[in-house]
Amino acid sequence: MNWLARYNDWVAILLMMIGLYAIVGRKNLVKKLIGLSLFQTGIFLFFISIGKVDGGTAPVYFEPAGRDWVRYSNALPTALILTGIVVSVSTLAVALAITVSLHRAYGTVEVDEIEKADQDAPS
Amino acid sequence: MLRHNLPALIVVVPLLGGILTPILFRRGARPWAWATFVVASTFALSVALLLQVRGVLPAWSAYPSYPMGSWPIPWGIELRLDPLGAFVLVIISLVATVVTFAARRSLEREIPEDRRHFFYAVWILCITGFLGITITGDAFNVYVLLETASLASYILVGMGRDRDRRALKASVNYLLLGSIGACLILLGIGYIYMVTGTLNMADMAARLGEIRAKWEGGEMIYRRTVMVAVAFFAVGIGLKLALFPLHAWLPDAYTYAPSMASALLAGISTKVGAYVAMRFFFTVLGPEVSFRPIPTGTILQWCAAAGIVYGSLMALRQTEVKRILAYSSVAQVGYIALGIGIATPTGLQGSIVHLLNHAITKSGLFVALAAVALQAKGTTLVDLRGLGRRMPVTMAAFTAGGLGLIGIPMTAGFVSKWYLVKASIEQGLILPVVAVVVGSLLALAYVWRVVEAVYQPSADPGVREAPWSVVVSTWILIGASLFFGLHATLTSRLSLEAAHALLRGGP
Repeated sequence: MNWLARYNDWVAILLMMIGLYAIVGRKNLVKKLIGLSLFQTGIFLFFISIGKVDGGTAPVYFEPAGRDWVRYSNALPTALILTGIVVSVSTLAVALAITVSLHRAYGTVEVDEIEKADQDAPS
Repeated sequence: MLRHNLPALIVVVPLLGGILTPILFRRGARPWAWATFVVASTFALSVALLLQVRGVLPAWSAYPSYPMGSWPIPWGIELRLDPLGAFVLVIISLVATVVTFAARRSLEREIPEDRRHFFYAVWILCITGFLGITITGDAFNVYVLLETASLASYILVGMGRDRDRRALKASVNYLLLGSIGACLILLGIGYIYMVTGTLNMADMAARLGEIRAKWEGGEMIYRRTVMVAVAFFAVGIGLKLALFPLHAWLPDAYTYAPSMASALLAGISTKVGAYVAMRFFFTVLGPEVSFRPIPTGTILQWCAAAGIVYGSLMALRQTEVKRILAYSSVAQVGYIALGIGIATPTGLQGSIVHLLNHAITKSGLFVALAAVALQAKGTTLVDLRGLGRRMPVTMAAFTAGGLGLIGIPMTAGFVSKWYLVKASIEQGLILPVVAVVVGSLLALAYVWRVVEAVYQPSADPGVREAPWSVVVSTWILIGASLFFGLHATLTSRLSLEAAHALLRGGP
């Protein structure tokens, strides 16, 4: 099997790994959150490509010209991801709100500077 | 009419109640009174559900399955209740009710008034999520409700910022790790969906039987897919459960959260994580699938044993009492995971009993600490010095709860540890026995440090006993843990039944 034939999976895995790297490796909270979004997007792409049926079209009902059957792609994973996106957006909203509060409290969104500020001034 | 719709009401009532809180009730103690009313009504509903499951009350028509919105199963979302679910539901709603009742004075101190009604709204939504996870029979629904509950938990932890700005840091860490955990669970569900084509848990379990027959016939692609799913579930749920070494978010989150939020989360969140683990590993995948192709059971046992020892050692090194209890939670989660890893009826029975015991004991201890935070200057060992004279009733409860953590005979902690040790010996496993014994000895040491400080003669003369509502709530929780230590038959019977139902696999 040609390894490029599964390019959708490769893209999903690549996005997830970039995201995970950003979450773990970056010190800037906003970059970490971008990483989280990328990670989630990778998973969403993976899910959507599960639903693809070979030769299937968008699952919208129509009367085909010249044939008496239509092959549809599976719409369920797409529907799930719609919910997944809602969850991911709300997570991001909460995370950004907390980041704004962090910036107000510490004056920075760099994790190492926040850590240092707490060590310098233990309450 | 009512009895036919109880499974739906247990989610709908707190969901609406939570959303309505900031709209209807803004001033003074009203949001608290409303929250207590809503959460107490979920407790009433879950007791009624338990009675329906036990056959005392007549159940709804399609028992044990409830089609949400009457969409036919397996296409629609199914709510489903078995002995384990009903049991966990009662524990969660009991702890939530008592903690909510106790929360008023402490939150008046720790949360500014202009934000308090929103805090109660998030509080109720958090409980809604956890109740929903317990009752749902749909795998994707578990993910959505888990995220509902987790998002609310991040906010609850972050609201500790008015007392200590480090709460924000704890909250964002919790959010990052929690979201990764949830995403991994979602991926696991995706892999199972790839081989079964369904999201309904009971349907998944039935189809996985056929899938197993296929890979035993030589089609290894199915085996590999399911293995990947099991791995994703193990890591994802491990993150939510705070199982060592995935526990990094827990100590900070419990330490800096508002005192009562710590009590709520310590009592509920990791317990529901353990419940999700049991659901996926046993009900959906079945012990044959989740423990045979990759040695999940052995890995869980090792992580659990390491977590028990590590959590107890770290607890011994802390001076902030909230942190001692938080690290102790890491250890206690280890006990629950240990039973899941052993995966025999006795082991699971130990896990389920410990789920109950630890939920009530730990939230009781945190409520007692919230009382200390309310009356004394802080909650470090120095602040607790001599409080045994000043707050005798609260501190007596704290001591009794501490004994439960150690697991001395006559307390609830002893019962669950007994089952875990018995299960290990039945299976000829040495490691878990050593971990339980070492963990209990270390627990004796870290509880002793606190109790020793509490009963020293020197005391801050300004400190008084906590308000009666907090004292009564502490004693309800601690008293329940003592009661279940003395009358172990009730919980043993319920949990053994639940354990057998889980090990049969399938719904």
